[in-house]
Amino acid sequence: MAETEFWTEGDPIADQAAPDGPVETRWERRRFSAKLVNPANRRKLTVIIVGTGLAGGSAAATLAEAGYHVKSYCFQDSPRRAHSIAAQGGINAAKNYRNDGDSIYRLFYDTVKGGDFRARESNVYRLAQVSVNIIDQCVAQGVPFAREYGGLLDNRSFGGTQVSRTFYARGQTGQQLLLGAYQAMERQIGLGNIEMHTRHEMLELIVADGKARGIVVRDLVTGEITTEFADAVVLASGGYGNVFFLSTNAKGSNVTATWRAHRKGALFANPCYTQIHPTCIPESGSHQSKLTLMSESLRNDGRVWVPKAQNDKRAPGDIPEDERDYYLERIYPSFGNLVPRDIASRAAKNVCDEGRGVGPGGLGVYLDFADAIRRLGRKAVEAKYGNLFEMYQRITGEDPYEVPMRIYPAVHYTMGGLWVDYDLQSTIPGLFVIGEANFSDHGANRLGASALMQGLADGYFVLPNTINNYLAAGPFPKLDETHEAVVAARKQVEDRLARFLSINGDRTVDSFHRELGHIMWEYCGMERTEEGLTKAIGLIRALKEEFWTRVKVPGKGAELNQNLERAGRVADFFELAELMCIDALHRRESCGGHFRGESQTPDGEALRHDDEFSYVAAWEYATAEGGKPTLHKEALEFEYVHPSTRSYK
Amino acid sequence: MDIKVRVWRQAGPADQGRMVTYDVKGISPDASFLEMIDVLNETLILNGDDPIAFDHDCREGICGMCSMVINGVAHGPEKATTTCQLHMRHFSDGDVIDVEPWRARAFPVIKDLVVDRSAFDKIIQAGGYISVPTGTAPDAHATPVPKKDADAAFEAATCIACGACVAACPNGSSMLFTAAKITHLGLMPQGQPERDSRVIDMLQAQDDAGFGGCTNMGECAEVCPKGIPLSLIGRLNSDYRKAIAKH
Repeated sequence: MAETEFWTEGDPIADQAAPDGPVETRWERRRFSAKLVNPANRRKLTVIIVGTGLAGGSAAATLAEAGYHVKSYCFQDSPRRAHSIAAQGGINAAKNYRNDGDSIYRLFYDTVKGGDFRARESNVYRLAQVSVNIIDQCVAQGVPFAREYGGLLDNRSFGGTQVSRTFYARGQTGQQLLLGAYQAMERQIGLGNIEMHTRHEMLELIVADGKARGIVVRDLVTGEITTEFADAVVLASGGYGNVFFLSTNAKGSNVTATWRAHRKGALFANPCYTQIHPTCIPESGSHQSKLTLMSESLRNDGRVWVPKAQNDKRAPGDIPEDERDYYLERIYPSFGNLVPRDIASRAAKNVCDEGRGVGPGGLGVYLDFADAIRRLGRKAVEAKYGNLFEMYQRITGEDPYEVPMRIYPAVHYTMGGLWVDYDLQSTIPGLFVIGEANFSDHGANRLGASALMQGLADGYFVLPNTINNYLAAGPFPKLDETHEAVVAARKQVEDRLARFLSINGDRTVDSFHRELGHIMWEYCGMERTEEGLTKAIGLIRALKEEFWTRVKVPGKGAELNQNLERAGRVADFFELAELMCIDALHRRESCGGHFRGESQTPDGEALRHDDEFSYVAAWEYATAEGGKPTLHKEALEFEYVHPSTRSYK
Repeated sequence: MDIKVRVWRQAGPADQGRMVTYDVKGISPDASFLEMIDVLNETLILNGDDPIAFDHDCREGICGMCSMVINGVAHGPEKATTTCQLHMRHFSDGDVIDVEPWRARAFPVIKDLVVDRSAFDKIIQAGGYISVPTGTAPDAHATPVPKKDADAAFEAATCIACGACVAACPNGSSMLFTAAKITHLGLMPQGQPERDSRVIDMLQAQDDAGFGGCTNMGECAEVCPKGIPLSLIGRLNSDYRKAIAKH
């Protein structure tokens, strides 16, 4: 097998749980073939769930309703704060309520294609099937989706699709869906079926006798370290976009739970798959802690442009029409401003790289509503986008009714994560991974309104069906504090925390995180090259070494210590960052948002190489100090949707 | 901008707590209030001082985690704004700004500006939901909901449970929070079967958690970052009276 400076290639892997036969019947047959646990036995089984977002919250509620004993953990002060709450746009479902030719098959087709043929057909088909039940479930819970005057549900279309299949609750779909799951969870907490631990963070996975059997957690208020046991562990801990420091993720979002599991043997798949969202408010200064997304729906009426001339510092209103470049409309006449996220993001980067960007630092393009205001009137624009305009004004201090908004791409969602099979089980038996924490079913380039769908599909419908098959072999032998795996996991946590506190250097955790983020954005962001990635790996290794000698973490372990929390997360980001660069380096193709400079068509579009890279890249942790990660490939086969070139010209 | 902040420092629940003054220099007017504290904390750490503990997460005004009383007002001077969305341009160079945690009996201080708001979850546990186990739902179109009701329910459902209403209330009452949930669920057909028990149980849980009674001061609605109107409390009271009469 191949070996390079940075990685070793190991044996290929396959999804052993995947059923075959006609795609339409695979999920039904898998559910039938999976073992069941009888209701009286369920109460003897305990499941730990880490994370309480759409995936974790819905899974916790559903498993508790089924009769399992659930122990749930989140680092926030309430499960309702999980970052799913910030999703704005909507959730897709193949309901065909608009009679516009939508179907499960079409949602499946669009998603496989929109994912640039880097997702599994079986999983995507199941996602499309289950999408229909998600809407029913949420409506029954009282989620106040937008309605029409007849009382039926309203829909809109979203990012790159030709049908109206997106259900929404104004610009707060994520919050409303999460509240549905949270309330279902709180009901089970009240009934005593879920043991909820807020302000707790998982710091290690316990793998005993080859199975995931528990976690080591830190109480973030007292600093107490405890070990928690279960018959199965579910990670629903979200994505890792914060490796870039600046992203649209909540400040607390981190990779620690999945990274700890990776170090214990779970493969990490497609780590370099990052979705860059084109419509964020640009960075304003070095004080900045995060980026804010403006809903993609703005591109329905806003026109994107930059000056034709380089370094044109005139106010936008002083630039005459014929000196403006409406570049999306020019390059992609048929999709115009509505091209998919990856295309719009890269086009913005290109014009800024040419020196035609606007705003401070030249990293921004205009999103202009002047035409829409002229055409529809200010009132109509206000009714449609008023809350977004207000948010923009609040953050930038500029009035978007008077001057065009400035936008720039930002890191939004991560599509890599722990590798799971069709049952959502990782390579560690008994460890299940759901939602953004697994390597997702969207492939390389997610369409809009898919993430909420996947989170809830996994949590409400898929996991609660597949985990039984594993739990049917339980309860597993009782574990206690004295088991060597438990002692070792606990010691790892304690040593690590002690080490952070003992370094007492001269740089803050945040200063390292910010510097790491710059490296990642520069070399592993929207466009990557072999040269840049190789350089980045060197920079990351050097910075990591500096981190472990110069970081200063104040305070003690046995108290609420937010810098200690952050130090642990940033330490994991360093290791993940290196793997992301290695993954990006090995994938010598452009695919969705993952643009390799060396792989483009003569007119600068992304060039995929299906013959070489039609696989999931699943990485095994290098256990030896200074060792190389091992790449295991899972071949992807497309029986129904045949790979073709995406074109938006 | 150069400003002075006077921040409530309290090492733990048992500590008495005090205001401590810090100078913050060279802050960008584009920085958010929380980013200003980030900058201050970086300096404190490098000087060997204990950084200020505070709650925050999404920094987009939706997760409801940030919680500071700024110059005596929950979430600060801007209307309908969470602390994370409050920017320094709303202050002037040389200002002295007071920063304190939410203060209410039901929200004990954990450290500095961090308080325990788990009492809100207890209120939800008591009935702030519709009992519908996964997989038992009818088709979403089986029950039409008049647009007017759906929109009104949505308005109530925008509550982010930050707790500003409690912090602003002289009685430390959580009535606006509870009223928002009662209204959201009570306006939809799906919420009708449990409507009576919900209001009775949630109000009981509110009392049990140590929140004060509502005397219609209206301070809560004034500071609500999501603009939840005071009128919802009237709706809750009316629901409660009807429920009690029936039971």
